[in-house]
Amino acid sequence: MEKNLALVLVLAPFFGFLANIFFGKKAGKGFVGLLGTLSILISFFATTYFFMQIQSTGKPIEVKLFPWIALESFQIDMSFLLDQLSVLWLLFVTGIGTLIHMYSISYMHDDENMHKFFAYLNLFVFFMITLVMGSNLLVMFIGWEGVGLCSYLLIGFWYKNQDYNDAAKKAFIMNRVGDLGLLIGIFILAYVFGSLDYHLIARDIFSQELSATDSALISIAALCLFIGATGKSAQIPLYTWLPDAMAGPTPVSALIHAATMVTAGIFMVTRLNFVFDLAPNVQTIIAVIGAGTAIVAAAIGLVQNDIKKVLAYSTVSQLGLMFLALGLGAYEVAVFHVITHAFFKACLFLGSGSVIHALHGEQDMRNMGGLKKVMPITFWTMMISTLAISGIFPFAGFWSKDEILMTAFHGNTILWVVGSIASIMTAFYMFRLMYLTFFNDFRGTEHQKKHLHESPALITIPLVILAILAAVGGLISLPGNSWLNHYLAPLFHKAHEAHHLDGTAYMLMGIATVGALVGIGMAYAKYLKKQEVPEQDSEITGIAKVLYNKFYVDEAYEMLIVNPLYKLSHFFRKYIETAVSELLFGLGKVTNSIGNQGKLVQNGSVGVYLFAFVLGLSSILIYLFLV
Amino acid sequence: MQNILEQIGIENYIYLSVLLFCIGAFGVLYRRNAIIMFMSIEIMLNAVNLLLVAFSTYHQDAQGQVFVFFSMAVAAAEVAVGLSILVSIFRNTGSIDIDNLKNLKG
Repeated sequence: MEKNLALVLVLAPFFGFLANIFFGKKAGKGFVGLLGTLSILISFFATTYFFMQIQSTGKPIEVKLFPWIALESFQIDMSFLLDQLSVLWLLFVTGIGTLIHMYSISYMHDDENMHKFFAYLNLFVFFMITLVMGSNLLVMFIGWEGVGLCSYLLIGFWYKNQDYNDAAKKAFIMNRVGDLGLLIGIFILAYVFGSLDYHLIARDIFSQELSATDSALISIAALCLFIGATGKSAQIPLYTWLPDAMAGPTPVSALIHAATMVTAGIFMVTRLNFVFDLAPNVQTIIAVIGAGTAIVAAAIGLVQNDIKKVLAYSTVSQLGLMFLALGLGAYEVAVFHVITHAFFKACLFLGSGSVIHALHGEQDMRNMGGLKKVMPITFWTMMISTLAISGIFPFAGFWSKDEILMTAFHGNTILWVVGSIASIMTAFYMFRLMYLTFFNDFRGTEHQKKHLHESPALITIPLVILAILAAVGGLISLPGNSWLNHYLAPLFHKAHEAHHLDGTAYMLMGIATVGALVGIGMAYAKYLKKQEVPEQDSEITGIAKVLYNKFYVDEAYEMLIVNPLYKLSHFFRKYIETAVSELLFGLGKVTNSIGNQGKLVQNGSVGVYLFAFVLGLSSILIYLFLV
Repeated sequence: MQNILEQIGIENYIYLSVLLFCIGAFGVLYRRNAIIMFMSIEIMLNAVNLLLVAFSTYHQDAQGQVFVFFSMAVAAAEVAVGLSILVSIFRNTGSIDIDNLKNLKG
């Protein structure tokens, strides 16, 4: 029963993919949307069942399908593990997935390739489920690569635009860099433990004393795994693909590049927390990189004018905060922020999609404004999510961000300061986005103004549901009495000291709230009071210009990595390849000319053939007699 | 059987076979008419058959005789195929002179 249900959970989206890709075009758009959404909904219901089950029994469910690679001393099973962590992840992957599929029915309705869109989206959910549910690293790796593929397909969904294709390729290649690190990490773990199963690795770690070499190898493995995570979860130095990934349709940005796929790195680190606990140095690196990413991305987000770019940098920044928590060993805090972030960031992206939809594809906030009256539902849902991401009491983001900052405060004051500044910046740029988009007067064209409208129900219902979750999501982990920490406790082997609700905690909450209010106030003064609109691109100067150009990181990568690679490729093409091909062509020419001479023997005359035949026979006979 | 070989020695069979074989070989080489070439080939074949039968008797071993039966049956089939090819060549070119058949060159 449980095995079958687990299979349904995994395979429902896959069947959705098959049906949509093969029959979607003929079956029509209504069918495509319905089937795509229903297949995810089935997975969601199956997940709910497992969630109830695990909630009541507390025992993980392992589903073994078949042995995949069986060697004498090494076995990898194709098997799934449904425990507290994976079920929690599945809940919001399939739950938010369903909402976003529903949203896409309306959002993508005018696209001629809607069936392809839904097919890819279903395939993505299938791979994401595989990633989360795998009971060993190799099954996780299948999902890991699969979601990367779907991300590529969906970023380049509007493939007629070359820029979008380039963005898709960039995402794919940068992820590949990270994936190499992940693979090496997996190989090292397989070498050290002789197994890739999570349980077996954990058992080995706790049951025996590790030798010095093994500890060193595990540290290297942890570092490699983290490099994999930086690729997938867009951390320094591999974060630049995520903002470009906004080339994809907005539901894709919401589902893949905000709520689910980019959290895969956090999932992996949490899953292997016992490995990372053995490598404190790597944990420090994770925390520093997380904090660095949080502040760098937030700074870039301050001056972006594309509504989706702001949200993209905000995502990178929030992911940085999650890694900060991971690096400090507070895995459950990171998971908490993943969940709340999934709610409010999905809502924000879908809201921005609703705005873009109403403005017929306009994404530049300088050409928006005053949408509050025409799009009340979009406005209010986005407002709630903005309050949540800014960390305003009592919305979801307040609780999770506060937990991260509190952990940072107890861990390292510098990290806490950096995280807090990033949070203030977050509040500023999010309210800048809200003020520019929804307040003051409309700055677009007359034509757009006439057609302004609130989006249809299929778009607003997911927004409302997500906004409610963004408002109350914090309830799952209130400080002092945390359901989430209790629920996740069996996963973590190192006892994590709980933060008590003492004076320090209240002080930190106060500081965080004041910080957020300062950020909001600055945005209020600049964009609502003075009604400023960001300058045109050419007029941007000073630090703002550096920020607007994203610290020139893309240009630096272009100069340091991409161009030398191109030069090397050209060198190989021009000299090495030419030399090799000339050599081979030369050999071919020699053979050819020999053949041309040789073919004269075959002159077609039967008499000559017969003569040669008899001559040959005679010479063989003579030879036999004489020798 | 034995007395045949007593009357005519085995070496005479060999001479005859070699003679027949050479006649066949030269026929194939010199004549240009496809049917005659065909007949020459048959002569060569039968020269070998004769030798086989002779030695079979000489060694008092029936295997050679059985082998000749098979060889003759195959030869009959081969003749049928070869003649039908000749017929179709004649239909296409109006002659069976093999010097005309020079299309199969490299």
